[in-house]
Amino acid sequence: MAKLAGYLRAGLRPGLRFIVFLGASALLAVPSFEAAAGVNLPKLEKGKGEKCVEDTATMRRNHMDLLKHHRDDTLRRGIRTTQHSLKGCVECHAGSKTGSVASSKEDFCVACHLYTGAKPDCWDCHATKPGKRPVNQAAQPTASPLMPSHGGSQ
Amino acid sequence: MSESMNTKLEDRREFLKTGAVVAGVTLGPGVLLYSVAHSRAPEEGASGKQRWGMLIDTTKCGDGCNDCVTACNTENGLSGHTGPQDSQWIRKVDIRDLRTGYVQSLPMMCQHCENAPCVDVCPTGASMKRADGIVLVDRHSCIGCRYCMMACPYKARSFVHEPLTDQNPEVPRGKGCVESCTFCVQRVDRGESPACVEACEAKGHKAMIFGDLKDPESEVSKALKSTDSVEVRADLALNTGVRYQGI
Repeated sequence: MAKLAGYLRAGLRPGLRFIVFLGASALLAVPSFEAAAGVNLPKLEKGKGEKCVEDTATMRRNHMDLLKHHRDDTLRRGIRTTQHSLKGCVECHAGSKTGSVASSKEDFCVACHLYTGAKPDCWDCHATKPGKRPVNQAAQPTASPLMPSHGGSQ
Repeated sequence: MSESMNTKLEDRREFLKTGAVVAGVTLGPGVLLYSVAHSRAPEEGASGKQRWGMLIDTTKCGDGCNDCVTACNTENGLSGHTGPQDSQWIRKVDIRDLRTGYVQSLPMMCQHCENAPCVDVCPTGASMKRADGIVLVDRHSCIGCRYCMMACPYKARSFVHEPLTDQNPEVPRGKGCVESCTFCVQRVDRGESPACVEACEAKGHKAMIFGDLKDPESEVSKALKSTDSVEVRADLALNTGVRYQGI
């Protein structure tokens, strides 16, 4: 490369300079072309529900914003709607083989994030498998509702 | 027995049966209305009209009973180990009067202070108090600095040192964050009481009463009004949500 730069600085004839430029661009272009041809789109398993909570295009582009908005609403304000909850995603999209959304490379979340090179850390804390509520053996449901107050203060 | 007597008896039976059915129906909607009025709509969110709190009667708390701790571990997916690096959201503490030797046992956890020191010191706003008084950690913004653990006078918070798997879907937990008792916020939002309270009641001790401190008609408010209760470390003026009776 140093030699080539030297020639260019010295001043090649315009025709020769063009040929060198063409050769260089061909060299640069080849690997990226191969990479584009070699990557397959992720094959995603169909979710369990009838349809997703939003249309596919919206979900592909905006699911992270919906989830982020929902998480703040739920944690900080105590709003427990299920429309955009991560738990809902997991319940529908857990893979039939692993029962999880992020256990293998074929699982729903991981497959797409691998393809796009995204590395969210949701699964460090959140469960990747749909689960039932844990049942405490000692405690039976109590008959008297311990919930507060009467309607007026709610 | 004459035939007319038999008919009368039959009639009486029928009447009782019908009466029972009618009573059942009346009771049905009554119960339904009651539960609807007492739990929040999912989109409603926590409100400052309530403040969740608890009264713990240490005289009823069973010596050696650990059911509240076990229930908490099951509900929140804690290992149940008690090493220095293990999470403990609630622990049984034995206190002994050195002069008389009188021993008391009580559960100690996050006291859900009104003026929470952990919220004051948090540099990222992760340690927070919800409108209804429940003190929580927002793990999305917790950086694991552990200032809150230093600030808490009750030693109520734990730090997660190791990666975790198979969490309870309702209780996300993970390495690098501080955590503590949430009053089982996922249950409270559904209209249930915390797991420890349920376990204590199931055991028959009924040492813990949970409810809305701002509602004068709630069980906990009535109990607080009629008995002498104290805050632990009342000198700090934190106005804790958890109060103790009998210490």
